[in-house]
Amino acid sequence: MEQFLAIIIAKYNYWLYVVLMMIGFYAMIGKRNLVKKLIGMNIFQTAIILMFVSAGAKYGAKIPILNKHEVLEHGVRAAQVVNPLPHVLMLTAIVVSVSVTGVALAILQRIYREYGTLEEDEILEKLGR
Amino acid sequence: MTTSNLHMYVLAAPLLTALFVNMLGRVSRSYVAPLVLGALGFSTLASLGVLSRVLDQGSYSYTVGNWAPPMGIELIIDPLSALMLVLISSVALLASFSALPMVAKEQAGKEHLFFTLYLILIAGLMGLVMTGDAFNLYVLLEITSITTYGLIAMGKGRAPLASFNYIIMGSIGACFYLLGVGYLYILTGSLNMADIAQILPQLGGDAAMATALCFILVGLWIKMALFPLHGWLPNAYSLAPTGAGLLVAPLMTKVTIYLMVRVMFSIFGADYLFVQNPLVQSGMVWLATAAIICASCLALAQRNLKRMLTYIIIAEVGYMVGGVWLANSTGLSGAILHIVNDALMTLCLFLAAAAIAYRVGSLDFDNLQGLYKRMPITMAAFTVGAFSMIGIPPTAGFFSKWYLILGGIEAGHWEYVVALLFSSLINAILFFRIIAIAYFRKEGDHARLQREEAPLIMQGPLILTAATLIVIGLGSGPLVRGIIKLALPVGF
Repeated sequence: MEQFLAIIIAKYNYWLYVVLMMIGFYAMIGKRNLVKKLIGMNIFQTAIILMFVSAGAKYGAKIPILNKHEVLEHGVRAAQVVNPLPHVLMLTAIVVSVSVTGVALAILQRIYREYGTLEEDEILEKLGR
Repeated sequence: MTTSNLHMYVLAAPLLTALFVNMLGRVSRSYVAPLVLGALGFSTLASLGVLSRVLDQGSYSYTVGNWAPPMGIELIIDPLSALMLVLISSVALLASFSALPMVAKEQAGKEHLFFTLYLILIAGLMGLVMTGDAFNLYVLLEITSITTYGLIAMGKGRAPLASFNYIIMGSIGACFYLLGVGYLYILTGSLNMADIAQILPQLGGDAAMATALCFILVGLWIKMALFPLHGWLPNAYSLAPTGAGLLVAPLMTKVTIYLMVRVMFSIFGADYLFVQNPLVQSGMVWLATAAIICASCLALAQRNLKRMLTYIIIAEVGYMVGGVWLANSTGLSGAILHIVNDALMTLCLFLAAAAIAYRVGSLDFDNLQGLYKRMPITMAAFTVGAFSMIGIPPTAGFFSKWYLILGGIEAGHWEYVVALLFSSLINAILFFRIIAIAYFRKEGDHARLQREEAPLIMQGPLILTAATLIVIGLGSGPLVRGIIKLALPVGF
């Protein structure tokens, strides 16, 4: 038990992202309401974004804004600044996830106008008739 | 314009024109057609220039904005990506000839919106085949997906629902891919494919690397609709507006298979995939076998031409995935040749289906009766496409299937060979059933059938595509020797 806890605590950020991702995955697959599916998709994407961001973090490191003259003289001490690249990548991923959500919401609006409901079961029932 | 950045013009033409189509199309719809055809015609010519340059001077890499790789984004133009560029731009050009009248009929008043998405989708596909950066690939994959979601949702009736299901599945696929890239980034600290490929062998294939491979491959399989993960495709593609189906059906799955080839050989390397993990390799061939057989059987159950074609697309994905994982050069050349042939065959069949839909309306089997009398030219071209799907020489489909079967025999995977032959048989049943309905049955009520073909702008590309299938079939020897052999990854 001790050992198991130690494993979890050592890499707790990754465990958190796995839990969050599974919550999102469950909502996408298990829920029957289309908006809940979409929110599940957002949780799923957020989990991955958090994983990337936490991969760039370091203990005791500062933000990666450096003094130009100092860097020219001593060079960059990589251990003292967090890795900015995952953050920059995730900015793009956030843009992607926002646009997918936007398209999905627009489509949900059309579905609601067509069927008057966003419950998958009720839509399938109406289609069956 | 110099030849070293000609490929940037190939990509920029549809991307920039998308903007103008949106702006000028609002003023008058008559601007849409010349802009779309002009941009795609230019792209096709320029991509032919890129291909001839690559064949002449060898592959080259291009850094956008002069940021040196591995930090900057690198575009890699090798024979394979140049071939894909030619394929994408020419298929898009042919499809848009037919899409223009279809969209004017089905989405009247929304042409400029439709073709904005259409052109961005083409630009995204072109970016996908050129990029040498794993994260850039994710962004371009999402650009193509988001535009496809929009295009499919423009259809009538159930189309928005199908599009929403595609969004959920497509996002899971893209997120899995991104997750795999994240693992690779944590392992290697790089996102450039060539750079990752250099660092990975030094790490000695641990569990994290296998997980990364798993996530990336499963993500791409969802996007390409490999059999157990295919659920979203039939509804999305058959309910999409006809104009969108013309572009999406021939290209999306094929480009994703190209991406799988790219990721497998440019990042992980043949040695890690095939030599170190032989069990995975033969498991994949079995999975492709199952995909071919199950999708072919599902196609038998359909009563609508377009739905039947979507299941055939899923079966064809199995052909190509199996061919790639056979792990010999014959199988891989067969798979790459089949990417080209299948894109053209699918285009031919969807163009014929669009022409029929333009005149007849519904594509249910019962409405196809007497079509050979009504639309003889369309049905002749349809027959050529069908023969190619079945694999009857001298059409193109026969030759790529021949390579795949030879590769299967060479690798000793007899189950894959049997699945290919079985699928050809099923395709023969499927298409001869349609030919029988359209040719032999008589229409009860109207004794005399009027001959009414689709407009010339839809017939032209259809006839051209059908002729190309035969030309490529007869010329597949030089095509394989001249281009595809050069395109094979190192070690084959």
